[in-house]
Amino acid sequence: MNPTPVVSIFIASILTNNILLASFLGMCSFLVCSNSIETAAGLGTAVTFVLVCTTTLNYLIYHLILVPLGLEVLAFIIFIAVIAAFVQFVEMFVERFSPSLYYALGIFLPLITVNCAILGASLFMVLREYNFIQSVAFGFGAGLGWTVAILIMAGLRQRMGYSNVPEPLRGTGIVMLITGVLAMTFMGFAGMINM
Amino acid sequence: MSQASDHSHGSGDECSSCRGLCKETMKDGIYKNNPITCQVLGICSCLAVTNRLENALVMGGALLFVLTLSNLIVSLLRKQMPHRIRMIAEVAIIATFVIFFDLFLKAFYFDMSKQLGPYVGLIITNCIVMGRAEAFALQNSPLMSMVDGIANSIGFAIVLALVAVVRELVGSGTLLGVQVLSEAWYVKNVLFVLAPGAFFTAGFLIWAFNAIHPRPQSETGA
Repeated sequence: MNPTPVVSIFIASILTNNILLASFLGMCSFLVCSNSIETAAGLGTAVTFVLVCTTTLNYLIYHLILVPLGLEVLAFIIFIAVIAAFVQFVEMFVERFSPSLYYALGIFLPLITVNCAILGASLFMVLREYNFIQSVAFGFGAGLGWTVAILIMAGLRQRMGYSNVPEPLRGTGIVMLITGVLAMTFMGFAGMINM
Repeated sequence: MSQASDHSHGSGDECSSCRGLCKETMKDGIYKNNPITCQVLGICSCLAVTNRLENALVMGGALLFVLTLSNLIVSLLRKQMPHRIRMIAEVAIIATFVIFFDLFLKAFYFDMSKQLGPYVGLIITNCIVMGRAEAFALQNSPLMSMVDGIANSIGFAIVLALVAVVRELVGSGTLLGVQVLSEAWYVKNVLFVLAPGAFFTAGFLIWAFNAIHPRPQSETGA
């Protein structure tokens, strides 16, 4: 069991151990979908929701089914299957019951299955031996942290439309460099919480 | 992601043109369509393990193993697989090989397995593996798919190693654990071992690649 208090896990997963800026997870959608603040906010919300639910589900499946049966080996394949099935289910559910929400979030849902942040959070949860409450807090914090990072980046990219970036650096290059500066900024929080 | 479809040449491979095609597939994967520089896929697992050259090479090896074999199996099954469930079937095949590799590391190189942490498992969501299965292995013969897998993972490993060389050299003055820059006069720049260093190195690397090979259509957005 991990002795860290729940509050520290929550805050650390937003700031100091930001899943994107410190663990490099969810970079693909971060690079592609950070062009406008609305898209970033939609994707961030969807990621947070899916993260909380899948860490909870995966925690229960791992500790109630896989561990008693001695099948921890299958964790990877089960986790990804749970994530894919859950995302599919939410997509169908939202489409059926809330079309407006579907148009706001629905387009992002298929993207999320292959977002490494989702699978990464489940794997971290197992590696760091979190208990149930800690896992949920970690999932929620990681989602919020990811959302904060992509929102900042989207804001910066909108501003950057007016600046004269060297031709070869446009696109991914400059986003990488800015992410580096962001990661440095977030490291400034390191003294606040020790994990 | 559909850039490979231009040389989808059916399943019956004539041996006369086969060698030339192999070479072309190989070159495409390693250099022309290099997975990271051009497609910017699979970048997340790429950066986290580049703090040491050794880790980066093991990750490259992992990708070589997974990508080659998953491409082979997907290609073998491409006629039997119903189109609707192909995605989940691909994920299951990829995950199986990732589990193999993870168990291998845990059994024989436990320290390395500890260092790589969750990033071996994250090969499953690595866009390159899935992308090659979708874009290449579903249309091409098993042999060609294996060549494509090998080429793409070598290209991936080269970029990974490049980033790792810069980070390990600047960050701790060593290469593969051997002291290269003497501690007597070299002050380590620890920033490069930490996360921001990875972003900076990758950013400058992309900049350099784009400067050498200007892309005709530049991406939208600054």
